[in-house]
Amino acid sequence: MPTPTIDSVPHLTKEIIQLEGATVRLAGDSGDGMQITGSQLTNTSALAGNDIATFPDFPAEIRAPKGTRAGVSGFQVHFASEEIFTPGDELDALVAMNPAALVTNLGDLKRGGILIVNEDSFAEKDLKLAHCTENPLEDGTTDGYRLIKVPMSKLTLLAVKNVTSADGEHLGNKMAERCKNFFATGLIYWLFGRDPEPTLKFIRDKFGKKPEIAEANELALRAGWNYGETTEDFASSFRIDPAKLPPGKYTNIMGNQALAWGLVTAAWQSGVEIFYGSYPITPASPVLEELSVHKSFGVRTFQAEDEIAAICSAIGASFGGAMAVTGTSGPGIALKAEAMGLAMMLELPLLIINVQRGGPSTGLPTKTEQSDLLQAMFCRNGEAPLPVIAARSPADCFEVAREAWKISSRMMIPVIILSDGYIANGAEPWQIPEASELPRWTIQHPQAKENGEPFMPYQRDELLSRPWAIPGTPGLEHRIGGLEKQNITGNISYDAANHQAMTNLRAQKVANIATIIEPLEVDGPLEGELLVLSWGGTYGACVTAAERARNLGLSVAHAHLRWLNPFPANLEQVLKGYRHILIPELNMGQLRLLLRAKFLIDAIGFNKVQGKPFSVNELLREIQRITETGDDAP
Amino acid sequence: MSLELPVLTPADFASDQDVRWCPGCGDYSILAQMKKMLPTLGVPREKIVFISGIGCSSRFPYYLNTYGMHSIHGRAPAFATGLKCARPDLQVWVITGDGDGLSIGGNHLMHCIRRNLDINIVLFNNRIYGLTKGQYSPTSPLGKKTKSTPYGSIDNPLHPLSLAIGCEGTFIARSIDVNIKHLTETLRRAANHRGTSFVEVYQNCNVFNDGAWNYASDRDVRSDNILELEHGKPLIFGKDRNKGIRLNGMEPEVVNLGNGICEDDLLFHNEQATEPSLAYLLSRMRHQDGFPEPIGVFRAVDKPRYDEELNHQVQNVKTQFGEGNLTQLFNSGDTWTVS
Ligand code: SF4
Repeated sequence: MPTPTIDSVPHLTKEIIQLEGATVRLAGDSGDGMQITGSQLTNTSALAGNDIATFPDFPAEIRAPKGTRAGVSGFQVHFASEEIFTPGDELDALVAMNPAALVTNLGDLKRGGILIVNEDSFAEKDLKLAHCTENPLEDGTTDGYRLIKVPMSKLTLLAVKNVTSADGEHLGNKMAERCKNFFATGLIYWLFGRDPEPTLKFIRDKFGKKPEIAEANELALRAGWNYGETTEDFASSFRIDPAKLPPGKYTNIMGNQALAWGLVTAAWQSGVEIFYGSYPITPASPVLEELSVHKSFGVRTFQAEDEIAAICSAIGASFGGAMAVTGTSGPGIALKAEAMGLAMMLELPLLIINVQRGGPSTGLPTKTEQSDLLQAMFCRNGEAPLPVIAARSPADCFEVAREAWKISSRMMIPVIILSDGYIANGAEPWQIPEASELPRWTIQHPQAKENGEPFMPYQRDELLSRPWAIPGTPGLEHRIGGLEKQNITGNISYDAANHQAMTNLRAQKVANIATIIEPLEVDGPLEGELLVLSWGGTYGACVTAAERARNLGLSVAHAHLRWLNPFPANLEQVLKGYRHILIPELNMGQLRLLLRAKFLIDAIGFNKVQGKPFSVNELLREIQRITETGDDAP
Repeated sequence: MSLELPVLTPADFASDQDVRWCPGCGDYSILAQMKKMLPTLGVPREKIVFISGIGCSSRFPYYLNTYGMHSIHGRAPAFATGLKCARPDLQVWVITGDGDGLSIGGNHLMHCIRRNLDINIVLFNNRIYGLTKGQYSPTSPLGKKTKSTPYGSIDNPLHPLSLAIGCEGTFIARSIDVNIKHLTETLRRAANHRGTSFVEVYQNCNVFNDGAWNYASDRDVRSDNILELEHGKPLIFGKDRNKGIRLNGMEPEVVNLGNGICEDDLLFHNEQATEPSLAYLLSRMRHQDGFPEPIGVFRAVDKPRYDEELNHQVQNVKTQFGEGNLTQLFNSGDTWTVS
């Protein structure tokens, strides 16, 4: 049977409604392929020129029992014709592939929103697996939503019934039914006027070795599209114009991928090769996987025996002159703490990535949180300050990785990069930089001494950075270690005054970074009622909420901290311009604690740890509460 | 320009730091033999790096005028791994002890040996915690009374060479701090081996565990208690070289030569055996029931080295696909243009 082409997709005959944007969530069983469907919708929307933000949400178990609430996997996509910063608060449309997906996600669907369900998976046994005593499609649960029941499994089976493999075998029912996620994709594509071609290409590439599977998925997708066009449930479909992004070439990028690409780019710009020591951990492992591909850039990845070996190997590589990086999540940082102290004491460059997740302990491995800020600041023994930088969005990871390396190699100091599960797995359009326009620089290693003078490994420059002398250089043989060292010579020293001096020098070195980083920028009035101060992955929700507050006529500004240590030099000045400072954090008030301690200001916290990002609405409500009542009490 | 390398002497390898081990400590002898051996390798001083963990032995790098790193407790093999992967041109040594290497650092030691990184590990075994002043270590014998085991140790000791052979180490050897010639030769062979060399050195801690190795180091008794392994030679020992090791099924036994037992009946040492079982059996021989403890090279075989393999992979990918190209990388996914 010839492969049908996209031209055979029927032309639209129904009314088309123009929207500024929409938030759609696809939810189903872990085995239902929702992550694939979600990323396809993301990609296609990006290719359509929309701005996008995504929020994949998956269970901690790889394969939780089928049909149960624990096994529900979701993927939320927000696409719009204007610039957006969050994956959306409320859903305009929800696709639920089974009862468990329905009951666990319905609360996020806005009243009157479109609810598409696979009605074939609401049999007695499905309800039982989801712990539903009544059928939610019949007991009033779905009242107030635009419920559209689609027999997806049956229609999918029907659509693929003629597909045969090369040896004439028909697809088994189980195999055929598994194509239903592409049926759902087709239906959503029809509803939002998406071009199916990129996804058809994806299907052909992915299943190229099994043409019958590729064909079946393609037919399912087309059947879903046709269903939208013919069913009387939909009187109209929607269109979202391309967003007015700055001109340029774009690709859709995920946080962990952007982090890896940022590292590769930083290495290229500075003429070094990467050594990445890491131990697999959710949600940081994709950085290891991505980097391990890029050997053509000289990237050496080492999957160590544990978190400690991961960082120690990186420190060893740094001693040898490599761009050394280690990546993990909070529990891994806990294990690396001693070695982080050593790297700080040795004064070697090193990047330490923490893709944060819900804690404490094993916590909520697949859910997001930003509760490792104090760990980044203080997890080491002794006086051991380290610079900390945090990414604010998926694409920002690219910039953060490059900036962190610049500072680390310039200052001879380990830099901690904070990302989080939300940023790591989320995606957004990224304007592709022109590689030839990226500046390149050379890292200076001291060269062999010819005059026989002894080498002073802890002699400092104007910013208090020390020379990075690497093994192999004649005449610069020296020993470094974790024992306190004498200023300048680096020899072991137990001298009390020297220890005080070295402690001061190391702290001042971190403080000096504030002189070479960008000052804090404010959007909104420079003086006023309220400043929303954010850091990390809550940027999008905070910037959007502050803007909406201003549109309501409130005197609200927003500023975002990129460096958490040291703080930008103008931070205190900025804070003084507002009557109230609101610090929303996905932790119980960690930045607030630091700010209160440092500036003696009474910042107001807005905190939650529920494994989910902030919604714009909840932030807006808090902003309104403070500006209207002037009441600091939460 | 002359192509000849300057001839280095032991003095060239001495750093300007005062050595601070206790007078009489076995570490002095190991340091001296290392300094004597290094100049004979023909490796420039700047190409040599010593990495240690924490413990008395771990002060070693400070006393050598090479590159060095005194790291954290037990982790030296991990630092060495990263360094060697990034800089395969360097000769990397790990100096560790029984507490550092076998207790807190057991995990790294095991993985380093099984990966067969091209580095050299020297484990100073003094069967005690010296730097923390006298607690028992993973190699202290059962019943050993120390500060933390006033009623005697109930901890079954670990035997470093058995562990290393279990990890399928490619170079495994043992020597003794005061057996100067043997130690120098063993260190030299370790340095020249390609792959992880693991050398256990019996080291006397004269302050907290004096005489622990007397049976192996005392001139009067050592020939009856020690068996010097030589490749291709039968296992013979004893002051009068009249005792040997014979295999009885899977069990080694001590036999007296003569009375119908000749050298050919004895076990012959083959350090190059691919199968490590005999080496393991030798590593199990303890100073008890008349058995000697073997010293020398137990095993020396050639296997792929992790650092080389890693760098080959990088080279191969570069040769096959060319040097990394950022423009290609950035455009590797679907792209669209906003005008
Ligand atoms: S305590 Fe023992 S091992 Fe440590 S330096 Fe003194 S004698 Fe040597």
